[in-house]
Amino acid sequence: MTVLGAAGFVAWAWEPALALNPPPDRSSFDRELVQRGAELAAIGNCGVCHTTAGGKPFAGGRPLPTPFGTIHATNITPDPKAGIGQWSEAAFERAMREGVDRAGRHLYPAFPYDHFTRLTDEDVKALYAFMMTRDPVRVTAPANDLAFPLNIRLSVAAWKLLFFHKGRRQLEAGHDATWTRGAYLADAVAHCGACHTPRNALGAQKRGQDFAGGSSEGWHAPALNAQSPAPVPWTADSLFTYLRSGSAPLHGTAAGPMAPVVHNLGGVPEDDVRPIAVFIASVAGPPSPERQRMADELIQRLSNPETVGLAADGQPGAAIFAGACATCHSETRLRGAAGAINLALSTAVNAPDPRNAIRIVLDGIGPAQDRRGPLMPGFSGALTDGQIAQLIGYVRAQFSTQPAWHDLETTIRRIREGKDQS
Amino acid sequence: MNVPPRIHLSRRTLLAGGGALVVSFSLRAAMAQDAQSTGPEPRQAPLPGSLKGSPMLDSWIRIAADGSITVFTGKAELGQGIRTALVQIAAEQLGVAPAAIALVAADTAQTPNEGYTAGSHSMQDSGTAILHAAAQARDILIGIAAGRLSVPVERLKADGGAVHADDGRRLAYGELVAGNVLNVRAQPQSKLREASAHTIMGKSMPRVDIPAKVTGGVAFVQDLRPPGMVHARVVRPPSYSARLRDIDVKPVERMSGVLKIVRDGSFLAVIAQREYLAVMAMRALADAATWNENAQALPEEQTIFAHLEGLPAEDSTILNVGQPASGARMVEAAYRRPYQMHGSIGPSCAVAVMENDALTLWTHSQGVYPLRKAVAEMLKMPPERIRCIHVEGSGCYGHNGADDVAADAALIARAFPGRPVRVQWMREDEHAFEPYGPAMIARAKAALDRDGTIVDWEYHVWSNTHSTRPGAAGNLLPALHLAAPFFHPAPRPLPQPEGGGDRNAIPLYRLPNARVIHHFIPTMPLRVSALRGLGAYMNIFSLESFMDELAAAAGADPVEFRLRHLDDARAREVITTAAQHFGWRSSERLPSHHGRGFAFARYKNLAAYAAIAVELEVEHESGRVRLARAVAATDSGEAVNPDGIRNQIEGGIIQSASWTLYEAVGFDRMRITSRDWGSYPIMRFAGVPERIDVHLIDRPGQPFLGTGEAAQGPAAAAIANAIADATGVRLRDLPFTPERVKRAIGV
Amino acid sequence: MITLTVNGRTHQSDADPSTPLLYVLRDDLALNGAKFGCGLGQCGACTVMVNGEAIYSCVVPIAVLEGRAITTVEGLGTADNPGALQRAFIDEQAAQCGYCIPGMMMRAHALLQKNPTPSDEQIRAALQPNLCRCGTHMRILRAVRRAAQTLTSATATNPKEGVR
Ligand code: FES
Ligand code: FES
Repeated sequence: MTVLGAAGFVAWAWEPALALNPPPDRSSFDRELVQRGAELAAIGNCGVCHTTAGGKPFAGGRPLPTPFGTIHATNITPDPKAGIGQWSEAAFERAMREGVDRAGRHLYPAFPYDHFTRLTDEDVKALYAFMMTRDPVRVTAPANDLAFPLNIRLSVAAWKLLFFHKGRRQLEAGHDATWTRGAYLADAVAHCGACHTPRNALGAQKRGQDFAGGSSEGWHAPALNAQSPAPVPWTADSLFTYLRSGSAPLHGTAAGPMAPVVHNLGGVPEDDVRPIAVFIASVAGPPSPERQRMADELIQRLSNPETVGLAADGQPGAAIFAGACATCHSETRLRGAAGAINLALSTAVNAPDPRNAIRIVLDGIGPAQDRRGPLMPGFSGALTDGQIAQLIGYVRAQFSTQPAWHDLETTIRRIREGKDQS
Repeated sequence: MNVPPRIHLSRRTLLAGGGALVVSFSLRAAMAQDAQSTGPEPRQAPLPGSLKGSPMLDSWIRIAADGSITVFTGKAELGQGIRTALVQIAAEQLGVAPAAIALVAADTAQTPNEGYTAGSHSMQDSGTAILHAAAQARDILIGIAAGRLSVPVERLKADGGAVHADDGRRLAYGELVAGNVLNVRAQPQSKLREASAHTIMGKSMPRVDIPAKVTGGVAFVQDLRPPGMVHARVVRPPSYSARLRDIDVKPVERMSGVLKIVRDGSFLAVIAQREYLAVMAMRALADAATWNENAQALPEEQTIFAHLEGLPAEDSTILNVGQPASGARMVEAAYRRPYQMHGSIGPSCAVAVMENDALTLWTHSQGVYPLRKAVAEMLKMPPERIRCIHVEGSGCYGHNGADDVAADAALIARAFPGRPVRVQWMREDEHAFEPYGPAMIARAKAALDRDGTIVDWEYHVWSNTHSTRPGAAGNLLPALHLAAPFFHPAPRPLPQPEGGGDRNAIPLYRLPNARVIHHFIPTMPLRVSALRGLGAYMNIFSLESFMDELAAAAGADPVEFRLRHLDDARAREVITTAAQHFGWRSSERLPSHHGRGFAFARYKNLAAYAAIAVELEVEHESGRVRLARAVAATDSGEAVNPDGIRNQIEGGIIQSASWTLYEAVGFDRMRITSRDWGSYPIMRFAGVPERIDVHLIDRPGQPFLGTGEAAQGPAAAAIANAIADATGVRLRDLPFTPERVKRAIGV
Repeated sequence: MITLTVNGRTHQSDADPSTPLLYVLRDDLALNGAKFGCGLGQCGACTVMVNGEAIYSCVVPIAVLEGRAITTVEGLGTADNPGALQRAFIDEQAAQCGYCIPGMMMRAHALLQKNPTPSDEQIRAALQPNLCRCGTHMRILRAVRRAAQTLTSATATNPKEGVR
């Protein structure tokens, strides 16, 4: 029985190699289709995973740490040898929709085909047109470094059997066109849930917990549903500002893996970003009157501050805050020097998980060198684990209404040692 | 050729006089007149450089009886290495080691008034003055020695701080200077040391200021700590239009260590025992203050150029040759440059002390005399009661906050007499209140004949003034905020040939028919003044971009096209030198997305020549420009410190690249929004090219040509031209941010 | 009272524990090397080394520095007897105004302690936090390379030498 079952599974899991296709002529693609593909690729964040630091765009090689080991993104430039230059549109489509590469191998779901499977035909076409008109780059991505049994590609097929649902799905009815469009873009293209939805032990998004908060590359991806830790509830407008510009006046700045996302969204048409904002705002729904009242009070308090002198609090964390943070993060006002927000508004400070706050303190926040954006120094060299714990503990107590974080020092050490990657 | 008239001392005169003093008197009589005399200027050839304004030799050089030599300059060290170059000049001409010379720079109590240290004038003005003063001083000393030793001057030589006779006898300078032998008027011409015999000038000499700067010495005004010094900070208004409505200063006044709060109208400052306390108190005051602000004070950033072009302008035609003509092809283009900032790394700083109704100000102002005048007007004090001493600050690249902070310090020191007060601006103050380089628009139009020769040329440039420097109190920031405020004096265009907004608006190229019109806009929506190169940066960027557009229209190689229109032999030589060292071959194909660009200018059409070639790569997906290499050739006339010139050109290229690729001051309808390095990014190490090579064409014996600003314009145009070469798309609006480039090149 | 160890010497500071190190260095200890550039941790002019790490002294309160070794540019040598890194900056004439230079040197110093033979890329990456407005970058890179060379050849002949 087992043998038969295994054989059946193997037969089921077996995918044919698709024929090599002579690389299509760049000029054979419609310009508008390519342009649309560029926008979709930006919304879908393709370049971020498929480009390594300092490497050529889309040439792959970027290591993606997962709880199961390290996966290296592949070269998706149209180079016929190292990239996907000999992939037919059908092969490309199969990869996007089924997670199977041209040669018939199952792809690891770090490549979010569980989302891309829901792309429209037209959008797949556009993405193909875009990819096939990039500069071909002959660089082969390093091999993956995964533990058994995941290093066996067939195990991916098993994973798919359990968790993967191929094809488009019916969107919730009864919404307007903007919302519907936003729901599609957020799910099938931007794959927001890949980070913001919690995953199970096998790395699949948990059913029924959409946008309840997840993780990415060692960062906490805050909940976008009603559990959102943002002290001021997000609105479609504030989300739109945030997604377009990278920061919102009452929420702060995108950091970690979210930074490239908002950067990409800054360059796509507003007509694509607005629907995403509308949809995400709807995920949380309107805030409870209590939550809204607290937010209003907070804004009111920070907008009409009282004068302060030197911080005279005896706690060690207070002295660190006063000397290291208070110039930019005013204790009493909405914003301080360099336009930084009051930390009472910060999602990182109010989140259930301290990792974002820790990472920001360690490494700071910075736009690429040639862009405008909030610029905060990192303190990894200056502060010990214990001092960061004191600081963050103080900040949590001072600027949030949430319970204290525990074991901060251990978490800080693990992050410093590179042991927190999920 | 004129033979330079030598200081002629016959043996007979000397012997008849029989003593140094007498010689000096006779010299004085022979040469000109006494400093104190007020008679009319003798009618003769004009004196070289700044000797025009300060003709007495001992204004420039003094030699004490112990032989120590002090050289005086009215020009200030701004990081351009001027101290070193001036010492080299004096040492060479006086025949002493550079180390034997003490240099006193820019001090209203000691040095000549040389106006501003600006416009790449220091070498031309002060360098030339010291060159001649030193040469003439040397000849005077030789003349005196001839008398003492009773040998003809032909048998004497000045070297190592002494005059040597060929028989081995020597007289040290100290022994020769009894009396005021150098208190004489300079001659129009001097017997300069043969360039071929130079041992100091023309050789790269390590900068005299660097050792202190790398070892933590007292190197900057920020580092001064006179005994009893206290610290102050100014609470700057949140915007240009803001005026203090209300503040309760008592809680801050009560903070221990706070010495005084100074308020005069909207000028608000705090003095504290310690610096960090002053900062904290300043922040507390800022929190407590409320302001009246005009919510519509500024134009829209998005439409600033249309706004500027819509403002009334005073037009002047600065070039009009030939007749408007038409050709086989017409080319037209418009270029734009946003407001850009100096962005000194160290915020402006000054130290002031008021004692016995006299004010002493240590300042990194570029013009100690004009600053003194302005502060005197602001404080209603006689200028003689004010002494301004230049001490270096962080590089300023023009008119930054230096004068304003000096005025802050003066106001605060007056309110707190007896103690030296140190005031340093915060980063936000410098970013939001320094006077920016003005936003500008240029429109160019030209006609080419069938052979690809330019037959008609028309160029318009719109700009605010490029100088709101002090001299008048209304140009000092705090003076605008006083209860009895001063007001900006009406701005004026700087006149040609140097020009302001129209600096370098006239091309050096051969143009049979040409019109160049300067549209001077008096209304200044944002505070503006001199930024390195003034209008030259924008005009050269525009002209040299346009030359490439014309070359393309003519199907010509850009370098060949420039040479085709250029007669000036020195200009041609810098161009060919840069092209050759760069390996400029129009036939050569570069890797895809790579491009190279060329540009040339002679700064102000009067100063140094510079040609720059750049190779870069445009990352197609992001639009990011990556500089690969730059090759420059310059002709600065006689090069005094070749490495100093190279340093200036290298720095100019990088700074200009930063302006060109990244920089624009942001603002909303009320306030400046570029208030830190995050909101006003500049070039960091990741952005600088792999290499920069600078090739000098030395012209020994030729006049010094200022170099400090020579690279700004050509570097910008070379980058623009290289981007066009790499992408096939011409960008005309600065800066070339990745977003802009990407938008232009498309998917 | 906080005890600070600066360039090997201990000092008692009566400044408020929240005072950023920069102000104590400049105003209380009269050390000029670390400069105020932004006070925001954005420019690196104030960079000094603490236990081998380059830090922005403008945003690090003395409260956290008790018992840690602070090195400023004054700790690398003197004008009369410059250390290897200082010598290299002088030899390469790696300054224009020079305001950014001590911060650059301290960041380079921390790099060379960790990695005595950095590649060009590594030097650039290490210096990325520090701004220079004069455009002295090419010379700064050369000076750091030169210092690395002198230091490694000095260590080769006498292993006890090295980065001070
Ligand atoms: S002064 Fe500390 S980083 Fe700028
Ligand atoms: S040398 Fe002036 S800022 Fe770097």
